[in-house]
Amino acid sequence: MPQAADTGHHTNGPAAVPAQRERPPGATGPPPTSRSGAVRPAARTGSGRVGAAWRKRVTIAAFLVPALALYVLLTLVPILQGAYYSAFDWNGLEPLDQFVGLQNYRDALADPVFLAALRHVLVILVLSLVLQLPFALGLAVLLNQRMRGRSLLRLLFFLPYVLSDVITAIVWRLLLQPAGLVDDTLDSMGFGGLSQLWLADPDIVLYTVFVVVSWKYFGFHMILYLAGLQQIPTELEEAAALDGASRAQAFRYVTLPLLGPTIRISVFLSIIGSLQLFDLVWVMTNGGPVGASHTTVTYMLERGFERSQFGYGSAVAVIAFLISFAFALTYQRVVLRRDVAGALTAMGAR
Amino acid sequence: MTASAPAVRPSGHAARRRLTRSAMYAIAIGVVLVVIVPVLYAVLGGFRTTGQISVNPVGLPRPWVFDNYREILASDTFWRQVGNSMLVSAITMAVVVPCASLAAFALARFEFAGREAVYALFTIGLLFPLTVAVLPLFISLRTVDLLNNPFGVALPQAAFALPTSIIVLRPFFRGIPAELEEAAAIDGCGSFRFFYKIALPLSRPVLATVSVLVIVTSWNAFLLPLVVLNDPDMWTLPLGVTNFSTQYSSDTARVLAFTSLSMVPALVFYVIAERQIVSGLASGALKG
Repeated sequence: MPQAADTGHHTNGPAAVPAQRERPPGATGPPPTSRSGAVRPAARTGSGRVGAAWRKRVTIAAFLVPALALYVLLTLVPILQGAYYSAFDWNGLEPLDQFVGLQNYRDALADPVFLAALRHVLVILVLSLVLQLPFALGLAVLLNQRMRGRSLLRLLFFLPYVLSDVITAIVWRLLLQPAGLVDDTLDSMGFGGLSQLWLADPDIVLYTVFVVVSWKYFGFHMILYLAGLQQIPTELEEAAALDGASRAQAFRYVTLPLLGPTIRISVFLSIIGSLQLFDLVWVMTNGGPVGASHTTVTYMLERGFERSQFGYGSAVAVIAFLISFAFALTYQRVVLRRDVAGALTAMGAR
Repeated sequence: MTASAPAVRPSGHAARRRLTRSAMYAIAIGVVLVVIVPVLYAVLGGFRTTGQISVNPVGLPRPWVFDNYREILASDTFWRQVGNSMLVSAITMAVVVPCASLAAFALARFEFAGREAVYALFTIGLLFPLTVAVLPLFISLRTVDLLNNPFGVALPQAAFALPTSIIVLRPFFRGIPAELEEAAAIDGCGSFRFFYKIALPLSRPVLATVSVLVIVTSWNAFLLPLVVLNDPDMWTLPLGVTNFSTQYSSDTARVLAFTSLSMVPALVFYVIAERQIVSGLASGALKG
């Protein structure tokens, strides 16, 4: 098994994103039941005549072309275009003739504002992993117990995720304004001294953004964990209890390892999400004050559109893209490897 | 309330159990408050005046003011933005669902060289965020004159929704028994007819899930509309709300009323389609 997985691993390179997993142990979707083998199209049954083979090819093309055309034209081509623009000094209007090579990249990596934006993203990313995800896991464990109003609680906890980032940002901006609801609540609880200029103090704003991001996204991770937990038979924890394990021990040594694949996916999505953080920050702080809450994407948009530096903005986009792409591949190879072994083996056997 | 089960056990156990139970409910209620208070603040704030809110941020409307909501509901702007958002979502869905089902069907049920490579090509699309492509997309859309056009938003959105949709759909098409297709073939049913007459109707639940996810994403989308739609008449709701909140930044109550109204469609949709959204996200993520 591991050997087979390895072969697939080497031959498939970048194709091997976690999305390859078709039916992981934790999947909750409707289980595809019967034989998984694909069936040849009916045209093929008329023995290997040339006409039949052609007809088959045309059929397949007809099925694939709409999606492929859309995807290539509006996803792949723009990304390549971006890489091309990044080598020019260009305001988006004049002819594209001021080739500057890697100068935009050098400028970006020397710009303290951009480096700070990268650092902000890293802070939010780490805080999410250390605080938001464990919090979500705790709530999932809670909701996995038998308790009253469980489905109502699930509905409510997931609610912020359904509201758009824009709405979240606007409501929180008002809640956090000086002498707004947050300050007032702290006051009435006797913690008035803790009030801050939540969105206007450059030392605080990033943590405020993190809290609002968590408010919106914890429900999503909770749902993932809950789906994972429901795949674990309760008999296992009961057996551990019979063997004298405390509930904490049963959780630590039985539940948590079995939840591994779900946790690894959740971590992956959380990191990718942090690297792409935009809407919420743009509306809530516009990257300010004085750039203290810029993310890579708000920085890119500010330079690209507001200052019309399309070449430079593209270089920033490419850097951001390379970071998340490199992360995704590494994570997939190192962490998700076990989880995707099955899918890769299947691919190797193609 | 829950005393019947623990009563059998020794009393120390029962007491501790009750304590854990209470702690569980206390935590749950605490989190509910944190989630629900901002939403209630927005909705109730719309029924107050800005004066009331600044005197006392916490509290019920006294007296209830209906002018904020009434004015917004009577304005063309709000309804035009609702209409634009619906149009963009509808186009996006009408493009993604057919394209993704056709492709997912081919990738699930036909055997051909390079099939897994094509599938892999789509799946790496999960790693291409719209943010990376937005500058070049703007340039291209400007060239083909699709700025300030709902298609300028909907088509790229559809393209970026393809990977997830295909990943959710393919295992479902694979699960359709081969016997069914063989039987259909004997009855003279070609691939396309099988797809259209049998596979699609069988996949209605998963198609619903995909559609719901696409609609919610499109409804909430901000970055692409921000870049593509400059004409206020074309704005979708998220752009409209953002603009309204800066235009009337001193009138908190009005902003809250507008924001609350723009929440309504998403909330109604969530309550109706909760199952699809939750199962779709969970299975999409765990498969993806």
